[in-house]
Amino acid sequence: MNILEISHIEKSFGNIPVLKDISLSVSDGEILSIIGPSGSGKSTLLRCATMLETLDKGEVRYQGNRAVWADNGGNVQFAPKKELKEIQRLYGLVFQNFNLFPHYSVMKNIIDAPVHVQKRKKEEAAKEARELLKKMGLEDKADAYPCQLSGGQCQRVAIARALALNPKILFFDEPTSALDPELTGEVLKVIRSLADLKIAMVIVTHEMAFARDISDKVIFMADGVIVEEGTPEQVFASGNERTQAFLGRYGDILK
Amino acid sequence: MGISQIQQLIGGMGVSIQIFTVTLVFSLPLGLIVAFGRMAKNPALQNLVKAYISIMRGTPLMLQLMVVYFGPFYLFGIKIGNSYRLWAVFIGFTINYAAYFAEIYRSGIQSMPAGQYEAAQILGYSKSQTFFKIILPQVIKRILPALTNEIITLVKDTSLAFTLSVMEMFTVAKALAAKGTMAPLLAAGIFYYVFNLLVAVVMEKAEKKLDYYR
Repeated sequence: MNILEISHIEKSFGNIPVLKDISLSVSDGEILSIIGPSGSGKSTLLRCATMLETLDKGEVRYQGNRAVWADNGGNVQFAPKKELKEIQRLYGLVFQNFNLFPHYSVMKNIIDAPVHVQKRKKEEAAKEARELLKKMGLEDKADAYPCQLSGGQCQRVAIARALALNPKILFFDEPTSALDPELTGEVLKVIRSLADLKIAMVIVTHEMAFARDISDKVIFMADGVIVEEGTPEQVFASGNERTQAFLGRYGDILK
Repeated sequence: MGISQIQQLIGGMGVSIQIFTVTLVFSLPLGLIVAFGRMAKNPALQNLVKAYISIMRGTPLMLQLMVVYFGPFYLFGIKIGNSYRLWAVFIGFTINYAAYFAEIYRSGIQSMPAGQYEAAQILGYSKSQTFFKIILPQVIKRILPALTNEIITLVKDTSLAFTLSVMEMFTVAKALAAKGTMAPLLAAGIFYYVFNLLVAVVMEKAEKKLDYYR
């Protein structure tokens, strides 16, 4: 089944169209990378899918259920509150600049939502959090505060925080853009390691080699439209002029 | 100064501390509510609160105290008793300080990065959880220096209760000084100074306590 279905989304900021009739779907456990130049609408697409931004037209479905859509009159409708809450449990989002809660320790950052939103037992959540931290290579940082961590460590905590809620699909909004190359490597390594968790992932990234290696499917976006969609092999070897012009800059890395 | 004068001064001191405490206890939470009104999307509510803050900040507290005290009689013909004096001071101070605190809260709340709200939304926190667990604690850290300033002003402002002849520190000291000695005024000065020293120490401790994160 498709965990996520986006149909004919449009979004403008003022008079400037950012997304023009975007449709895509992600099946269970599938890894989709979205690449493309800055300002092509990649982040806006994620923000519409996660309801941080309201769309102007089209609809977003999770597991077949409509989460948000624009009706014929152009008014944006959301699923009923209870249903919407269920839907929101299905996805998580990792931000470019982490957005950890600075006043909470690493442990509290991870377990607070499971305990206070999902009403799970604290001991159980803490146990899971420690396992997640181990997976992230941060088992000794449970009591640290975000300000004591490097950017790469912060992003790994943010990934653990998102995973702690057991999402079915995880969105990454340029997860390494705020990091230097060395820290980028450690975060990408962690994301790669998630591939066997069978969580669907949608990754907006400028790390072309990473996108090529990890993805089941790659989408190339430019100027608010999907220019190309296909397997990494198809997209990275594409003859499309626009795709070539963009990927050409990465030519050496991809060889 | 004789024993009875000292007793009177101590009594005045008690009243000053009472005004200070009651004002803080009520105006700090009221200020938060006012701040919400000030930031409300409803333009009518927002403008109403704006006008309230504008008047509270734009007119002397001394005058506001008189309006609160005499208002019920002149506006509604309600007879006011002597016991209302202290209440009028409590009310006048609370609504005045709530306006100032509201603006401090607002500056703190509006300085919070949108990412904190977005992260909370994605993690499924309700609106009130987001505010009280994520936003407010960070806001308090940010506004502590501004709050300290305002609280120190409040200590000194308690002397304005003199306007309604409430027997607080300054009123007492002035009455005693009228009998030809500077000593009571000096004592009052020392009292305000030491009180504020204490406030500064407590607030510094609070700032230090929140120093564990940035």
